[in-house]
Amino acid sequence: MGMEGIGARVERKEDKRFITGKGRYTDDMVVPGMKHAHFVRSPHAHASIRNIDTSTAMKMPGVIGVLAGDELASDGIGSLICGWMIHSKDGSPMNMGDWRPLAQTKVRYVGDAVAVVVADTKAQARDAAEAVIVDYDVLPAVTEAVDALKDGAPLIHDNAPGNLIYDWEIGDSAAVDAAIAGAAHVTRLDLVNNRLVPNAMEPRAALGHYDEGEDHYTCWTTSQNPHVARLVMSAFYNVAPENKLRVIAPDVGGGFGSKIYIYPEEIVCLWASKKTGVPVKWVADRTESFLTDAHGRDHVTTIQMAFDADNKMLAVKADTIANLGAYMSLFSSVVPTFLHAILYSGQYVIPAIHCNMRTVYTNTAPVDAYRGAGRPETTFALERVVETAARELGISPAELRRKNYIREFPYQTPVILCYDSGNYEASLDAAMTAADYNGFPGRKAEAEARGMKRGIGMSSYIEACGIAPSAAVGSLGAGVGLWESAEVRVNAVGTIEVLTGSHSHGQGHETTFAQLVAQRFGVGIDSVSIVHGDTDKVQMGMGTYGSRSGAVGMSAVVKALDKVEAKAKKIAAHLMEADEADIVIEGGQVKVAGTDKALGWHEVSLNAYTAHNLPDGMEPGLKEGAFFDPTNFSFPAGCHICEVEVDPETGKTEIVQFVAADDFGNIINPMVVEGQVHGGVAQGIGQALLEGTHYDPETGQLLTASYMDYTMPRADDLPGYTVSNTVTPATTNPLGIKGCGEAGAIGAPPAVINAITDAIGNNDLAMPATPQRVWAALRSAQ
Amino acid sequence: MTTVSMTVNGRTVSGQCEDRTLLVQFIRENLGLTGTHVGCDTSQCGACVVHVDGKAVKSCTMLAAQANGSEVMTIEGLASGGDLHPVQAAFREHHGLQCGFCTPGMIMSAVDMINRYGGQLDEKTVRAELEGNICRCTGYHNIVKAILDAASKMGDGARVAAE
Repeated sequence: MGMEGIGARVERKEDKRFITGKGRYTDDMVVPGMKHAHFVRSPHAHASIRNIDTSTAMKMPGVIGVLAGDELASDGIGSLICGWMIHSKDGSPMNMGDWRPLAQTKVRYVGDAVAVVVADTKAQARDAAEAVIVDYDVLPAVTEAVDALKDGAPLIHDNAPGNLIYDWEIGDSAAVDAAIAGAAHVTRLDLVNNRLVPNAMEPRAALGHYDEGEDHYTCWTTSQNPHVARLVMSAFYNVAPENKLRVIAPDVGGGFGSKIYIYPEEIVCLWASKKTGVPVKWVADRTESFLTDAHGRDHVTTIQMAFDADNKMLAVKADTIANLGAYMSLFSSVVPTFLHAILYSGQYVIPAIHCNMRTVYTNTAPVDAYRGAGRPETTFALERVVETAARELGISPAELRRKNYIREFPYQTPVILCYDSGNYEASLDAAMTAADYNGFPGRKAEAEARGMKRGIGMSSYIEACGIAPSAAVGSLGAGVGLWESAEVRVNAVGTIEVLTGSHSHGQGHETTFAQLVAQRFGVGIDSVSIVHGDTDKVQMGMGTYGSRSGAVGMSAVVKALDKVEAKAKKIAAHLMEADEADIVIEGGQVKVAGTDKALGWHEVSLNAYTAHNLPDGMEPGLKEGAFFDPTNFSFPAGCHICEVEVDPETGKTEIVQFVAADDFGNIINPMVVEGQVHGGVAQGIGQALLEGTHYDPETGQLLTASYMDYTMPRADDLPGYTVSNTVTPATTNPLGIKGCGEAGAIGAPPAVINAITDAIGNNDLAMPATPQRVWAALRSAQ
Repeated sequence: MTTVSMTVNGRTVSGQCEDRTLLVQFIRENLGLTGTHVGCDTSQCGACVVHVDGKAVKSCTMLAAQANGSEVMTIEGLASGGDLHPVQAAFREHHGLQCGFCTPGMIMSAVDMINRYGGQLDEKTVRAELEGNICRCTGYHNIVKAILDAASKMGDGARVAAE
């Protein structure tokens, strides 16, 4: 490992601009003539639109235009789509309801966009939006998925009878039922995985600019995947052909999934720019973000786990109803299915698995992938049921897990996935040692003497990242391929630009991707620039989500580096009259092994561009591109242990230690990876203790639509974290990377709830485990 | 419209704005200093923290007109010349930031906190003091480390500033 190569704890190159206030986010962009948009949104959860009167608003000060859905439709702008087709078990395709960027006949959730006002200032646009008179015929609303399936529930989309989107299953139902019937012990839990709001600190924003002279559009947007945004806006929403649409995602202030999707606002800002003749900027306020960003989770699950007399797992059966909100967001259909149900083997040998999944419409914000996306829901159900079973069976949770771990790889689960590598016991041992698990009884006794309830809980999670290969996901219904692209451009002076389709919005790609180049050629990372987030610079890419930037995005860089290295060696061999096989590149030098012959890296690159003396037939230049499509998912896994103290007088939980021992395969920059774990764990603890999303069941109003009502984790809500890594390299990408972005949010919630339920002696505890809920559960247990 | 004048990062500035203009809007839109961010509508997130007359203030909670005649420092004014402020340097060294959006407000709050406590901070105090600054990326672990490290490095200097 070099000072800046793979495995080095390198400080981030991008930090300079962020700590000095020089970051450039979408809201910081200013285009000459730019005006401001404000959206008119439905105040009702469910209503028919009788009429939209914009006449008063049009006369308000500073107003340039007031546009509604009928004009958008007559201009041919298409409806928003879900990009992954799921079929119900009867073979019928999912019932995708129509989602207009500006609602025309009906609104289906509070915040549904109805019209847009463009004015000189943001304040004038907001003032005028209040003067748009929308005549609504209010309809009954339903917000809970279970209620939406009941007879007589309000019908949200005409083409989805009973509000059912699909009724899907995976696994062998008969084998599972037989195993349960013959089991020595069955543990059953009814669980709710609480709805969360992702809450990236930068609110969503878009700036649309139509250049009439060039007949060309530019969109600055808060996106995790600008190329997918361009593709979808072009191919499906008819905003503009791809060659006439440039999408730029500059600095983006966090995503966590919520900025994967293409929302109505980007589409409308681009279209409105052409309609009004001015560049149009929209920036969400926080309440708009709460109302309209895609939410996460919201599953209601019954899970059963069957054991034989030797405590070996025989079967898992999960039956879930998932709330997808009022419309199907871009990847909403795949989250409960191929990102969730196929993880039900966890880290265990389980011969029979079955999961049934019903997804439903409700009058709430669309629900899609949020950090972990389906895998936290699986892990919560599985690890809660394992811990509960251990208590029922009277054996330690660690021993029950140990007894059932998968130990031989590759391991084919009964539900599609084939795990390539892992060592689950190593993570468990590392976590137990770090947490001094065996010393817990002493700490518990000490806490008891102080009148406090102390508990410990663990979770052994697995996730699937780098969703691939493209042909496989295509056969499962994906509308896109899930490869990544890269281009490595060596300049004549030897400096290097790496263009990647991955997008960094906090992950540190500008540093970690440069470390790959430093490792390969021995050049400093300061001479390497990472270019991303602009469709005019990078030809195509699939973006950043699902912990895929390392396993997939970096692997594309490696493939491009392979090609550059091969060509550089050919040039150097020719110049030094040596055998190509004897050329080595290290420390910024291109050398002939075993001799003192060497050229500087910059001399080789300069020769590539002067082209005065290249091997016969070789093209000038030193620039190569590559696409990487992995052969399989990667499978990060690990063990998290949480220890809590509960104050029996108040029900307040304090996390006294949180330990994460993760196996992410090989690691490029440990500092960055630790940061990802910290942030993920914080979001997991947030789900477990603090974050609840509440809609009024009658009116469908979002009651938790600000930071005064929705409890974001603060510094004094959270502990410090003890994190460490065990390593089994992934076998399906050249770097052996598994991915680290989501693990914390996946592993933490069951560890926290297992710890609290251990402390209070009552297993019936819903998330978020607020002091009120914990206090009530403690009282009812006594 | 009203005319507002103040000193921002050592420069005297003035501008026309509507009476309802918030200080953060004046800083971002009139002055083009976009390092100060807006992350919420309710003065909870702290992305907009600046110093007004030496104290940390959420610039979304005061009108630009209220800052008339004040000395304002934003994140852009913190480093002196090419040298980062110790808190800025500590945030980088300890990986106390990821997406960078909350970072300017975090740093401005941290500088104020260290000054107020004369560099005498412990973890519990730092965490309690950060109640008004929300970060979604880092889980706060490295932010707390960075502030404690900067506080110990600023040590005596911060104590003088606090007196």
